[in-house]
Amino acid sequence: MRPFVYERAEEARSAVAAVADRPDAMYLGGGTNLVDLMRLGVAEPARLVDVSRLPYDTVGVRPDGALRIGAAVRNSDLAAHPAVRRAHPLLAQALLAGASGQVRNMATVGGNLLQRTRCAYFQDITKPCNKRNPGSGCPAREGDHRNLAIIGHSEACVATHPSDMAVALAALDAVVHLEGRDGPRTLPLTELYRLPGDDPRRDTVLDPADLITEVTVPALSFGGRSHYRKVRDRASFAFAVVSVAAALDVAGGVVRDCRIAFGAIAPVPWRARRAEEALRGAPATEDAFAAAARAELGQARPLRDNAFKVPLARNLLVRTLTELVVA
Amino acid sequence: MTVTPTRAVGTDFDRVEAAEKVTGTARYAYEHAPDRDTVYAVPVQSVIARGEVVNVDTDGALTLPGVIAAVWHGNAPRLGPADDPELALFQSRRVAYRGQLVAGVIAETLETAREAARRLRVEYAQEPHDVVLRVDHPKMYKPSKVNPAYPTDTEYGDPDAALEKAAVTVDLTYSTPAEHNNPMEPHATVAVWENDGLVVYDSNQGSSAVRDTLAGLFGLPPDAVRVIAPHVGGGFGSKGTPRPGVVLAALAAKVTGRAVKVTMTRQQMFALVGYRTPIIQRVRLGADEDGTLRAIVHDAFEQTSTVQEFAEQTTTPTRIMYAAPNRRTTHRLAPLDVPTPSWMRAPGECPGMFALESAMDELAIACGVDPIELRIRNEPETDPESGLPFSSRNLVACLREGAARFGWADRDPAPGVRREGRRLVGTGVAAATYPAYRLPSRATARAEPDGGFTVRIAAADIGTGARTALTQIAADALRTAPERVRVEVGDSALPTASLAGGSSGTASWGTAVVRACEALLRELDRYGGRRPQEAAADTTAEVEAAERLSRHAFGAQFAEVGVDVDTGEVRVSRLLGVFGVGRVINPKTARSQFIGGMTMGLGMALMEEGVMDVEFGDYLNHDFAQYHIPACADVPDIEVHWVDEVDDRLNPMGSKGIGEIGIVGTAAAVANAVHHATGVRVRDLPIRLDRLVG
Ligand SMILES: Cc1cc2nc3c(=O)[nH]c(=O)nc-3n(C[C@H](O)[C@H](O)[C@H](O)COP(=O)(O)OP(=O)(O)OC[C@H]3O[C@@H](n4cnc5c(N)ncnc54)[C@H](O)[C@@H]3O)c2cc1C
Ligand code: SF4
Repeated sequence: MRPFVYERAEEARSAVAAVADRPDAMYLGGGTNLVDLMRLGVAEPARLVDVSRLPYDTVGVRPDGALRIGAAVRNSDLAAHPAVRRAHPLLAQALLAGASGQVRNMATVGGNLLQRTRCAYFQDITKPCNKRNPGSGCPAREGDHRNLAIIGHSEACVATHPSDMAVALAALDAVVHLEGRDGPRTLPLTELYRLPGDDPRRDTVLDPADLITEVTVPALSFGGRSHYRKVRDRASFAFAVVSVAAALDVAGGVVRDCRIAFGAIAPVPWRARRAEEALRGAPATEDAFAAAARAELGQARPLRDNAFKVPLARNLLVRTLTELVVA
Repeated sequence: MTVTPTRAVGTDFDRVEAAEKVTGTARYAYEHAPDRDTVYAVPVQSVIARGEVVNVDTDGALTLPGVIAAVWHGNAPRLGPADDPELALFQSRRVAYRGQLVAGVIAETLETAREAARRLRVEYAQEPHDVVLRVDHPKMYKPSKVNPAYPTDTEYGDPDAALEKAAVTVDLTYSTPAEHNNPMEPHATVAVWENDGLVVYDSNQGSSAVRDTLAGLFGLPPDAVRVIAPHVGGGFGSKGTPRPGVVLAALAAKVTGRAVKVTMTRQQMFALVGYRTPIIQRVRLGADEDGTLRAIVHDAFEQTSTVQEFAEQTTTPTRIMYAAPNRRTTHRLAPLDVPTPSWMRAPGECPGMFALESAMDELAIACGVDPIELRIRNEPETDPESGLPFSSRNLVACLREGAARFGWADRDPAPGVRREGRRLVGTGVAAATYPAYRLPSRATARAEPDGGFTVRIAAADIGTGARTALTQIAADALRTAPERVRVEVGDSALPTASLAGGSSGTASWGTAVVRACEALLRELDRYGGRRPQEAAADTTAEVEAAERLSRHAFGAQFAEVGVDVDTGEVRVSRLLGVFGVGRVINPKTARSQFIGGMTMGLGMALMEEGVMDVEFGDYLNHDFAQYHIPACADVPDIEVHWVDEVDDRLNPMGSKGIGEIGIVGTAAAVANAVHHATGVRVRDLPIRLDRLVG
């Protein structure tokens, strides 16, 4: 790997200044993704600004029940937090479904949100990839794409976003708090990510100097009736093949409200607004859940080898919602 | 033939180097630091799959501070002949596969060497490549033999006519993907030239073989090369023959005059250390209504590289498994622009038995006969092809014992009908087999002045517990306690020994150790017990004079799976294996071998697949985040048993090898269980949810 300078940021403003001044500087969280990418030659920062010790390392509960999660909180700590487990079980479940205990102990909330795709071509610098090397082509389209996107992808890139946590946060209407060149601002998590279109280089709308400081999760009255279910090729320590985060509010056999997001089917954590729309006011039955799944997945454009993800996502949503009704 | 009185053999003697290993003082190859300042060599791999290296521009790399040298075809010293052309590093401009070594960079630190390797500009003349195995590949040919020295094809009776006439037939095609050996310890070498000789600390499955190979390549007499490998973190066949890394280390040490370290990254291992060839197998079985086999035809189509022929012996187990008067087995190979396949745990038996034992399950269903009963009905009295008597054969006992322990008796054969919540549940069975090989080796035994004994043999303990087993064997042969015996292995300076491969280690080395110990006792007798005394043994004559018998271990594998009806996810809930493997030297280390093999078989069934990148010509998913092996959560409580088997015609211990049979049949048992659970027959491994979700 190329030599680099390491510095530890003491506070947010100086961290931002350190990265804003230099095009080849990057923030470092737990390093579980970035350091791997540096070893592979995919990322070549000349300077790492370690933001994992910034004072954003606590989880707080606001009087209205909203969660305030520091960007430097480790994935393991967030998953274990009593308020998360009580009010948003799907978030704790999503975290615990990700990676391994060792990785979760290192991984931070900020780093988790900004981890890069696991597309095999992206990770191999001897091969073309539009995301890594714009204009070089997308070999995944004709090559191996079994676990890549069925929805939201483009001619230029068919990669998926790999995070489990981000899927739960997308369902929960989380808000990302940023410190940037021009000071602080906020962004709904679902607007943080961008679809690849003809410029797959950037996964998010962020400027390289934008520092994630916090994530807030508004209170959700039915957050306790929520679930994250992840389908994978082995029982643990594997990225999702498809996942779903869902919260359901049912009264008198009718869906009053719901939150649904899919993982591993799209370049972004995929908030299933069409499915939600179809469900509100519908009977809480398997048929209605299947219709909602169709409403969302009707837009899917699977590739040669990943069409199985469409029935898989449908089944997963129907089963998860059905179990939430019973729960 | 001598049978040693059993005292230490058969006990759970603790692994002799256990304390060293758990406290971290057991040094592995890469941890050795010769006195000389050590530098690091990093392989540079081809990014084309076929063509030539036109030029390597080393200037950019050499300007980096700390870089010492870059070697490639244009400046590398010429090497002597290599049996394995994969080891002829930088001797030609040809590129035969993507990932092949085209250069090496040597620097003061590993980081610098890696960075310089990345900066090296290699200019290629690229040619179109051909990397996809198909049955109708135009280059498909019949090799002159299959590994290690079996006939390519065999035929008895008239299998085609018998198939034609059979009351029940099945004609099925199975495929297994490329599978990659991934020992926990990557291949690693520290090489240093001393007084015109070469010393390497190397991770391998046989130091004598590495010594002979290096001697040939560098034009040295074998005794000018010393290969030291006291501890090895697994091999699974990938360290059975020397790999390019050891040659790179020795070459770099020669060029620089420094001690040089080389290790493979996990990614590099997917191209450079061998793998199991993908295989397409067609199995045709013809039987009477009651399942009595009339014909067995098993054809295998495999790949090799253009560098070297490697002919996996896939259908050889079919030659000994079941009785049938009409039978044929064949192997065909296509040389592709791919890395050379190599030995991987139970080469031949493992993939071959997946196909045969899946087909037996399909035949059982076609005949309406219980799959265990079907196998018992077709049990041969003698080797069905050679006609030789079996030294021992306890397949039926294993099946019966396993059935009783697993709870097979109540099994409803109907597929797809058992639900537990949202899971479909099913069970499956398959047979296992592996040959009982024995190879010539030498050993010495010495009675030390302090009353202890030292046994020396260039055997390899690759984590199997070989050193421990040999200690027990020697103790019994010497009629002493194992605590008084010190066994030295893992060094080519010790008496030459065969390698840890083909599950032959304990049988081969154990024979030599027993003979050396017997000779030592005679010496002690002769000199009235006066110490020190030393005696040596060479088992070449004994091994060559062995009577003609069909020598194989057998076993029965049982699996229970649950398949999620919504997602198609398959999880194995139970594995149970019963084996007939002669006398078990150390039940504790033996159990670990069986469990490890069965776990690897589970991975083969459900996860392992090297994905060929057709456009670029290499295995794409070359790391552990992408190439899945079982995680702890995938591995259920595995039960292992063995039947009492006495086979004194094999070797003085009466033992058969146990390192490989555990992986044989597991995948078929799992696949058969998946069918029983779901009614879906998956004939292409691995069994992933893609095929089961609907
Ligand atoms: C073997 C393995 C398996 C895994 N399996 C899973 C899985 O199943 N599911 C899953 O969801 N994840 C999985 N992961 C990914 C893991 O969750 C991520 O690597 C981790 O969350 C990244 O967090 P980090 O703090 O280590 O980020 P880093 O690696 O430090 O950084 C990642 C990126 O975020 C940027 N960054 C970090 N912090 C900030 C900040 N505060 N503001 C702005 N930018 C920032 C960095 O510059 C970098 O670009 C796996 C990882 C590994 C290695
Ligand atoms: S899918 Fe995207 S990340 Fe993967 S190769 Fe194509 S452009 Fe690169």
